Amino acid sequence: MLNDIYTVWLREMTRFGRARSRVVSSLAMPLFWLIFLGTGFGSAFSLPGMDYTAFLAPGIIGMIVLFTSIFSGVSVIWDRQFGFLKEILVAPVSRVSVVIGKALGGATVATFSGLIMLAIAYAIGAIQPSYGILPAMAFMFLTGTCFVAAGLAIAARMRSMEGFQMIMSFIVMPTFFLSGALFPLSTAPDWMRAISNIDPLTYGVDGLRHALAGNGMLPIWLDFTILAVLALVAISLASYLFRRGAL
Amino acid sequence: MKPAIATKNLTKEFGRNRAVASISLEIKQGEIFGLLGPNGAGKTTTISMLSTLIQPTSGSAQVSGFGLERQDEIRKAIGIVFQDPSLDDELTGKENLDFHGRLYHMPSQLRAIRISAVLKLVGLEDKAGQQVKTYSGGMKRRLEIARGLMHHPKILFLDEPTLGLDPQTRRGIWDYISKLNQREKVTIILTTHYMEEADALCDRIAIIDRGKIIALGTPTSLKDSLGGDVLVIEAIEVEKLASLLNGTGKTKITAGQLSVTVHNGERMAPKLLAIAAKHKIKITSLSLKKPTLEDVFIRHTGRTIREEEASPLDMMRVRRRAR
Repeated sequence: MLNDIYTVWLREMTRFGRARSRVVSSLAMPLFWLIFLGTGFGSAFSLPGMDYTAFLAPGIIGMIVLFTSIFSGVSVIWDRQFGFLKEILVAPVSRVSVVIGKALGGATVATFSGLIMLAIAYAIGAIQPSYGILPAMAFMFLTGTCFVAAGLAIAARMRSMEGFQMIMSFIVMPTFFLSGALFPLSTAPDWMRAISNIDPLTYGVDGLRHALAGNGMLPIWLDFTILAVLALVAISLASYLFRRGAL
Repeated sequence: MKPAIATKNLTKEFGRNRAVASISLEIKQGEIFGLLGPNGAGKTTTISMLSTLIQPTSGSAQVSGFGLERQDEIRKAIGIVFQDPSLDDELTGKENLDFHGRLYHMPSQLRAIRISAVLKLVGLEDKAGQQVKTYSGGMKRRLEIARGLMHHPKILFLDEPTLGLDPQTRRGIWDYISKLNQREKVTIILTTHYMEEADALCDRIAIIDRGKIIALGTPTSLKDSLGGDVLVIEAIEVEKLASLLNGTGKTKITAGQLSVTVHNGERMAPKLLAIAAKHKIKITSLSLKKPTLEDVFIRHTGRTIREEEASPLDMMRVRRRAR
C-alpha cells in the first residue's frame, strides 16, 4: 500500500518537474493580488495593530495552495478523458492508495508553490523571515491534502470538462472569499462567519497567519487539528466515491 | 487444460440497452481469440467486464481460473491495451513503463530488465527517453502493447489494437502480436472490426452483433460454413457445362454466368478446365471467389460490418490515434 501511494505520488512529481514553467506562471496572478490589493487596500483602510500587506500575505499563500491543490484533484478528469485513469484502475492497486497518492502528490506541489510565494513575500518585505516557515509548510501541506481530496471527490462523478467553470465559480471562489484570506472574519456578520466555520481554508489561512504573522483567531493547535480531521474526511469521501463510480 | 477464460451467460445492461446479451464462451490457453463485430456490438463492454473494470449485470465468468469477484488476482494475471490511448503524454516512454512496473509491484532490477526487453520487442529503444507526446500513433500503440506485456500476463486483452493506424504499421503490429503469442505463450483476446485483421491473426473468432455471438469457429471453418469457394465461369455452352459439373459442386447459372460452389477452389479450377476441354467446351473466363469473414457476417445478419456507421466518437478516436 505504501509502495502504491509512493508510485502515484512519484508520477505527480515527475509531471510537476515537466511543467515547472506552468507552475511559475500560475504564481503571477496571486502575486498581483498581493502587491496591488495589498498596497491599495493598505493605504485606504487600516487594521488595528497590523499592516494590511502582512495580513494579506498568508491569505494569498492560502489562495495559491487552494487553487493548485483543487485543480490537481480535478485533473483526474483529464486522466479519465485521456484514458490514463484506466491504466491505474486496472492495475492491482487499491483505490484508496490512488486517492492518497494523488492527494499527497498534489499537496507537495501546492506546498512548493506556496513556498515560492512565501519567498516573494519575504523579498518584498510583506513578512519577516522566521522559523514560522516550518509550521507554515505543515499548514500548506495539510490544506493542500484537504483540497486535492475535495477536488478528487468532485471529479469522481464528473465525465467532462464542462463542469470546470462551475467548480471555479461556485466552489473555489467562495471558498477563497469566505476563508478570511482578504479580510478579518472577526468583524464579519454572523451568517458569514457561520459559513466560514465549515470552510477548510479558514483554518489553513488562520494557521498560516499564526506561523507567519504571529496572530490568528483560533489557537494554532486547534487550526491544525480541525484541518487534519477535515483532510481525513475528504480523503475518505474521495476514496469512497472513487470505489463506486470510477468509470 | 483449464480454459484461459470461460464465461456463462455474461450480460451487461446499461439502462434498457443490453450491450452484452448472455454471452457464453470458452477461450483456450495460448490461443489468439478474436471478437469480431461492428462498432457498438458489445466487444469493448465484454472486455471491460473480463478485465474487472465494470461489473456484469448478470452471468458469470472465470478469468485465469478466478471468478470476476476476485479482482486483484485477475488484475495480476492480465494485461490490457485499451481502445483509447492510455499513456501519460507528459512522461517519457520509459517513465510510462516504469510507472506500470511499479503499479504491478515489480522490484527495480526486474523492472529495468523487463523495460529494456519489451522496448526491444516493439522496437522503441531509441525513443524511450522522449516524452510520449512526441510519438506517432503507431509508436504509442506499440508502447501500449509493450506496457501490457511488461508484467508477463497470462492473458493479454487488445481492444482494437490497430484502429486508425496506417496499413504498414498495422501489419507490423500483427507481426508483434503473433510473435508474442508464440514466444511468450500468452493467451491473446483481441477485438476488431477489421475482417482482414481477425482473419490474419486469430486462431478462433467469435463474431458478435448486438451483444450476441452469432458465429464461432476458426476463420477457415467459419468461411467453409458458407459452402466453400465459388468458381465463376463464362462459357459458350454454360448449360451443358453445368450438367457436366453437377458432380463436383453446387451449380447455378445467373446472367449467363455459371457459378460452381466447391471446396478448395484452387485445386478444382484446373480439373474443371480439363473436363471442359475434354468435352470441347470453350471457356472464355474463369474467376475464383473465396468467401471472406464479411460474407459470414452478411450471411448471419443480412448486413455488412459497416464502417460508414462510425460514430463521431470513433472518428475522434481514429484522429487521435493517427496523430
